[in-house]
Order: sequence, then C-alpha cells, then structure tokens
Amino acid sequence: MELCPLIKNILLLDSEGNRVAVKYYSDDWPTNSAKEAFEKTVFTKTQKTSARNEAEITMFDNYVVVYKFVQDLHFFVTGGENENEIILASVLQGFFDAVGLILRGTVDKREVLENLDLIFLCLDEIVDGGIVLETDANVIAGKVASHSMDDGASLSEQTITQALATARERLTRSLLA
Amino acid sequence: MVYVMIKELSPSADEVIIVTSSLMKDMTSKTDMYRANAIRVLCRITDGTLLTQIERYLKQAIVDKNPVVASAALVSGIHLLQTNPEIVKRWSNEVQEAVQSRAALVQFHALALLHQVRQNDRLAVNKLVSSLTRGSVRSPIAQCLLIRYTSQVIRESANNTQTGDRPFYDFLEGCLRHKAEMVIFEAARAITELNGVTSRELTPAITVLQLFLSSFKPVLRFAAVRTLNKVAMTHPMAVTNCNIDMESLISDQNRSIATLAITTLLKTGNESSVDRLMKQITNFMSDIADEFKIVVVEAIRSLCLKFPLKHRSLMNFLSNILREEGGFEYKKAIVDSIVILIRDIPEAKETGLLHLCEFIEDCEFTYLSTQILHFLGIEGPKTSDPSKYIRYIYNRMHLENATVWAGAVSTLAKFGAMVDGLKPHVFVLLRRCLFDTDEVRDRATLYLNTLGGDGAVVETGADVKEFLFGSLDIPLMNLENSLKNYEPSEKPFDISSVPKEVKIQPLAEKKAPGKKPTGLGAPPPSPSSTVDAYEKLLSSIPEFANFGKLFKSSPPVELTEAETEYAVNVVKHIFDGHVVFQYNCTNTIPEQLLENVIVIVDASEAEEFAEVASKPLRSLPYDSPGQTFVAFQKPDGVPAVGKFSNMLRFIVKEVDPSTGVAEDDGVEDEYQLEDLEVVAADYMLKVGVSNFRNAWESMGADFERVDEYGLGPRDSLAEAVNAVVDLLGMQPCEGTEVVSPNSRSHTCLLSGVYIGNVKVLVRLQFGLDGPKDVAMKLAVRSEDETVSDAIHEIVASG
Repeated sequence: MELCPLIKNILLLDSEGNRVAVKYYSDDWPTNSAKEAFEKTVFTKTQKTSARNEAEITMFDNYVVVYKFVQDLHFFVTGGENENEIILASVLQGFFDAVGLILRGTVDKREVLENLDLIFLCLDEIVDGGIVLETDANVIAGKVASHSMDDGASLSEQTITQALATARERLTRSLLA
Repeated sequence: MVYVMIKELSPSADEVIIVTSSLMKDMTSKTDMYRANAIRVLCRITDGTLLTQIERYLKQAIVDKNPVVASAALVSGIHLLQTNPEIVKRWSNEVQEAVQSRAALVQFHALALLHQVRQNDRLAVNKLVSSLTRGSVRSPIAQCLLIRYTSQVIRESANNTQTGDRPFYDFLEGCLRHKAEMVIFEAARAITELNGVTSRELTPAITVLQLFLSSFKPVLRFAAVRTLNKVAMTHPMAVTNCNIDMESLISDQNRSIATLAITTLLKTGNESSVDRLMKQITNFMSDIADEFKIVVVEAIRSLCLKFPLKHRSLMNFLSNILREEGGFEYKKAIVDSIVILIRDIPEAKETGLLHLCEFIEDCEFTYLSTQILHFLGIEGPKTSDPSKYIRYIYNRMHLENATVWAGAVSTLAKFGAMVDGLKPHVFVLLRRCLFDTDEVRDRATLYLNTLGGDGAVVETGADVKEFLFGSLDIPLMNLENSLKNYEPSEKPFDISSVPKEVKIQPLAEKKAPGKKPTGLGAPPPSPSSTVDAYEKLLSSIPEFANFGKLFKSSPPVELTEAETEYAVNVVKHIFDGHVVFQYNCTNTIPEQLLENVIVIVDASEAEEFAEVASKPLRSLPYDSPGQTFVAFQKPDGVPAVGKFSNMLRFIVKEVDPSTGVAEDDGVEDEYQLEDLEVVAADYMLKVGVSNFRNAWESMGADFERVDEYGLGPRDSLAEAVNAVVDLLGMQPCEGTEVVSPNSRSHTCLLSGVYIGNVKVLVRLQFGLDGPKDVAMKLAVRSEDETVSDAIHEIVASG
C-alpha cells in the first residue's frame, strides 16, 4: 500500500506552453503524446490565473497541480488526488528557490536554457522515482554546485568545459528552433 | 551528470559490465556525492546477482554519517523492494538504526523503507508507530508519514472502537499544534477520515481547517476547503461553523476554491441561508467553466430535495440558468434536475412544467426537446389544467425538426387519451396534422383511429392506452432481429415471440408502433444471446420440440468440483409441462475419449417428475465440451420441486496422445456427480421494472397478500436480505438489494414473472429485532391470487 507521498511529475514550461525541462515519475502517461497532451491541458487551465506571488493550486482529472510563475517560466508539480497538497507545495518551493540559487537570481527562459544541465541535475536531486529526496533549496543548490564543480577542476579542463558548454548551448538552441 | 544519463538510459546489468564496475569503484570513493549518485544509479540498473555483490556496500551506506549517502541508499532500497524484496528485508537492522538518525530526511526515508518492509506484519507496524510517536521525529515530512501510518493502525484496530478513545488519537490531536503546516493539515485530514468519527473528535480538526480557510496562501485554502467538502457529506452539522468563512471564499480568485466552497455551503446550508446563497451563486455562475457548473447544479438539486419548501426559489434559479448559454451536458444536467424535482416534490410540478415548456421554445438540442415533450406527456395530463400545455406542444409541431415533430404529436395524443375533456380539441389539432410531413401524418392517423376520431367523448379503453403509450419493454435489438427473420405468411407477426430479456408484457397482436423516445427512464439492458441460443438448441432436438415455449433457463450449476477429470455443469430449462436438464460435459483427460455419454438421473426424491426422454452424447473427446439432455415431465403449470441425483455413464476409450487415435474397444465406466435440485425459484423469471412504484399502483391490491415472518438469528441484515432474494429468485429493483452498513432496517423491492406468465411484485421490509434476530414483512401483489399464496408458501417453507 502506497502511503508514501509520491510526486507524479515536475514540469517547467515557457510562457507559450512549450517544454523547457520536464521529468515524469509515474506511468500515468505512457507515451510522449500523452505527456504532451497533459502539458497542454495544464497550461491552458492555468493560463488565465496569476501565480506570481504565491503558489497557486488547481485540480482536474484526478490530479492536483501546484504551480508558480516567474518572468516567462511556469513551474508545475503534480500529485495524485489524495496527496497532501502542502507537501507538493513544499517541493515546488524547494525547486523554485533552488533554481533561483543556481542561476544566481536571474530566472528566465534564456538562463535556464543555457544551464539546462544544472536544471536537470537539480530535478534529479529533488525527487528520485517519485519519492521526495530533499525540499530544502540550499541543500539542493549545494548538491548541484558540488556536481558541477568537479567538472572543472584544473584550468585546462575548464577550457574544455567551456567549449562543451558552448556546444551544449548551440545544440539546445538548434533543438528549440 | 553522467549519472543522470545512465539512469535515463537504464540498460540491463549484463550489457554494461564496464559501467557497473566503475560505478562500484565510485561507491567506495572518497567523494560523498559520487558515492550517493553511484548507489542510486547502480540500484536502478542492477539485477539480483549484482545486487548480492554490492549488498555489503549498501548496508554500510545506510548507516553512513553523510546524510546524502544514507538517503540515497534508503531510497534505492524502497525502489528495490518492488523487485528484490528478500534482499532488502535483510537490511532491517541497519534501517532500524537509520530511523534513529539525527538527520531529518534520513529518518524520513528510513521510516518509509521500514514500513514498506514490515507492512504485512501488523504487530511490527504497531510497535514502530508507538515507539516513534513517543520519540521525536525531526522532519515535518517524516511526521506526515508517521501520521499516515498511525491512521492505518487505527483503521486496522477498528474492533476496539467501543472501548472509549481510540489508540493514538491523542497523538493526532497533538500534531494539530505542530509548527509545520503540512503536519497540521495531514493530522486534520487523518482525523476527518477516521472510520465512524464522532463530532467531538472532529471539532479540533475542523477548527484548524477553519483557520486555514482564511490563509493568504491559495494552497492552504484549497486543501482546507476540499477536506471540509468531504466532511460535509457525512457530518454537515460539524461544518456549519465554517460557513461564514466559506461564504467569503465564493468570490475567491481561484475558481476551484470558489466552486468547492459553494458546493460545501450547499450541503451544509439551512433553510434560512438558502435565499442568501442563491443570490450569491447567481453572480458566480457566469464566471466558472461548464464542468464546475454541473457540480453546482447537482448540489442544488440535493439541496432542494432536502428543503422541499424552498422549491420555488431554487426552481426559479434553475430555469434562469437554463436560459443562459451553455453546453449540452450542462443543460442536460439542469433538465434532469428539474425533472427529478418535479417527480419528488408535488407542489413544484406546475411551475416546473411551465419552466420546461418555456425552455423548449428556445432549445437548440433536439434530444432535450424530445425528452421534455415525452415527460410532459406523462406528467401533463395529471395536472389540474392540462390545456395550458397544449399550446406549447402544438407550437413545436411547426418549428424545429422531424424528431421534435414526432415527439410533439405523440405527446398531444397522450393528452387526448388521458384527459377526456380535451379530446375534441386534440382531434381538431391532429386532423390538421394529416396534411403534414410523413412522420407527423402517419402518427396522427394512427392516433385518430385508435382514439375514436369521430368526436365522441368516450373513455379511452385501458388496453388502447396500454397499446399506444405503454412502454416498449422489448429490447429494440431483439425486435429488429425478429422482424428481419419474420417471413410474410398467413400468420401475423406475434410480438410475444420476440425473446424478451427485460420484461414479458405481451402487447396486442399488432405490429408494434414506431420509435418513441425512450424518455427519462433507464433504457433496457442489452440482450444476452444465451436465451436465444438455448431456444434454438432445444427446438432443434426433435424430442423436445413439442414441449412448447421455453419459460426459463437457469444459469449453469456446477455438478463437479474444480480440477476433476470430467467437468460437468447443468442448465435447467423450464417449460410449462416439462423440465429439461442440459448437462454440459468437458473431458479434461487427454488420454481418454468418451463415447455414448449419458446421465442416469435418480428421481426417487422428486415424486412429481417422470423421465420422458434423454439424448445421449455420441462422443466427447479431450477438451471439447458437449451436451447431453434428460427431459422430465411434470404436472402442467405446477411449480414442482424435487431433488435429483446424477451419475455420468459412458464408455471410455484410451487414446494415444501422440497419434490421437483411439483404441477400438472401451470400458464402461461411471462417474458420480453431485445432486441437483429444482426449487421454487426456478419457476420465477427475474424481470426488473424501472419504476416500481408505478407498477405497484397499477397492479392493484386485489390479489395482495401480506404476512409477517421472523427469520431468526442471522449473521447480518445484508445476509438475511440476500438469502430471501435468492430463495424467491426475483429481480431486485432500483438498487434495493444493497443494504447500507449499520442500518437497522431495510426495504427491498422485487419483481419477477411466475410460470404461467403472471407478473409478481414483492415488497419486503426487514427489521433488526434485537442484536441478531431479523423480522420480515412480506407484501405480494400479482395478477393471480394463487401465485401470491405460492410466494408466501415459498418463504414460509424456505
């Protein structure tokens, strides 16, 4: 019996509803098209509301979605209909603040895309297979930082890292174009 | 980053030995981050064999000082529990140690893992919960988890509820005062979800939820409103204190919150607040989406049923919103609500019907118009002044489309048939229709002729009414099939020959009238083809062909236990003067072939039966079922009962499984089967009625028999109800076979058709007399008093 609080997915969409970074932890959406349909539904249902100061919440289709908007990004955390909404909200807050710390304050779509790897690391550190790993933003950011710091230990490696970073950036831009 | 990638790809362990070995090295490296992530990745891609190798490291990791590593190992353990539970269970000691850890989230993960491991052992869970509720739990999320486990323990120890307070209730109440909001909310929710919770226990939880209602965080407001909504369904009185806060929530920005607030208020409102609520809701309805509106409409309907005196304002409200814009589902919900209100609140009938009439003037959905017209036809004639509605109906005949015209004509005719004073007027209108389009003209002609269009104000015969307006209880599919199979010949089409699954109501021997809208009753269920098949099967056997019409076939009754060599079940076919047992046999032994299979039936305990014929089964090879029949004669029309013992007799031949060829000579053998009973319930066909009350009234009390019986001590009320229903073999109507738990009395409505085509209706009232004794009052109405007596006989002897 699953009494453990489970997260079904975490979504990061842009202001038009396109994907920026998403991670699914449940089998409710087996195909990619199902996932995209879900993202579209969530986006249209929350488009008209404003969730900039406080986390907002809505419910549909037996899912509870907690969400927050900043600049041109929309953060969503989804749980089952009987989930404790406040736990979902704390996960959302943790993710939101951690992203803010990682990107050093400027949270908008461009910055996120440039540091997409860090965002994915962040997602990985918050929830593992649906179970909440960590909700404290400082701890999460610390873990992400220690990951990325190891990549660039010596000077020469840093250059390589920079080159890799530029290559990654170009790749993501071309994917989105 | 690499770790994330490997997890995504998640190859199987034998493909990537290099990866796994380097990961294993990482697991023992000095950097904690590497260790943690390596553990998580390895556990994702590992299988059983690899797991045993790394188990040692995992155990060490669980009790590692670094919380990140420990959490990683524990979470991986939780995931691994799905695939390799035995291995994970061996780590209980380490996990137990981790539960005592100082790091907040390690405790959380350890608790989750420990509970999963031990969840089948109730005592262990109990111990775990008690030790932790007394100890300190460090993170709010672990506290939430503990609360959930506690409620599970409470639920499982539900037998002790009589002995005062529940265990751990104080712990839950204490959690209501915790610092973290998630804990407070989880505790409040857990209290409200306790089984059979009392208002005293609910009060502290509701107070806390009330505070949340006025929080500035939408998440808290939403959570609180949703929980209060659930509570309001079972304990509306407890929630009334929060009404004032909820009324302010109606204008909340977040529409989900507003809708939930409205529906809760509608459930907990009292009569005085209804008017105020209605005013507020009117402004609110224009803002919300269709699906929310449907929820609100249904809540209003239940409110109106609770407070019938307020029907006027609620009905006005419903008709106002009916006039506004809206989708089909939404308008249908409103129309259904109005119809239910009209049916259940007699005072509201006139206003309700008028509202519906005004609506059809403007309705864009044909389905709804026809439904309403049909409903008008049923209810309109019973009102005090039916002529009011004629104008509306007649208007429909010239506007809209063909389906609506047809419905309108039928309704007009119904008015004419039911209300004699209106007949001449109706005839004038119908005659005008004779020059109209097809559907209208044909129907008008039919009605004019059958209702006596010569203008005389004559009481319309009951059977004519029945013919024209009785419900067509034969499933349309069956009728269609029969009509297709009917070949034009001397004999007119006999409607009673159409197999009827739902009801046996022989209409007059004419072609049935055309399609009527099925109205607002439940549509008949789709026919199963078994009855058809049985009939065909039996009529194809010459010995049984002259038994007459098949009355009933029972469902198959097993005569052998599962997994025996020969599986036999029997179907009892009841005719007027005969009973045929069809034995379906299956041979489950591949090395045997059975031939000349017959069943020897010993009817010594069934005096009224005499064996007349039997049809053996030529050959029964492995795994292909066959049938053999035995027919008995019984006195005509008498529901004879008896017990029959059966023995399967056959010639068995050995079969060579490789070639499939049987030997030439075989051995005669017998196989004992279980006994078979023909009981009174076999003579009763389960036929449901959609509206029991109407059928009861129309049956009349001429052949009513009422009697009371004590059923003695029973296991439960539900068990007694089921036993009597099974004994009588009749169909429970309107869901009355479901007995709500903890109720002390129950009324069950049954209907059926007895042999000889006699309709029978039974009303059973059960009551719990003392702790276990059940008393029952049986009222039977039927078309024949011998049948009513027979029903009582069945119960008295059963």
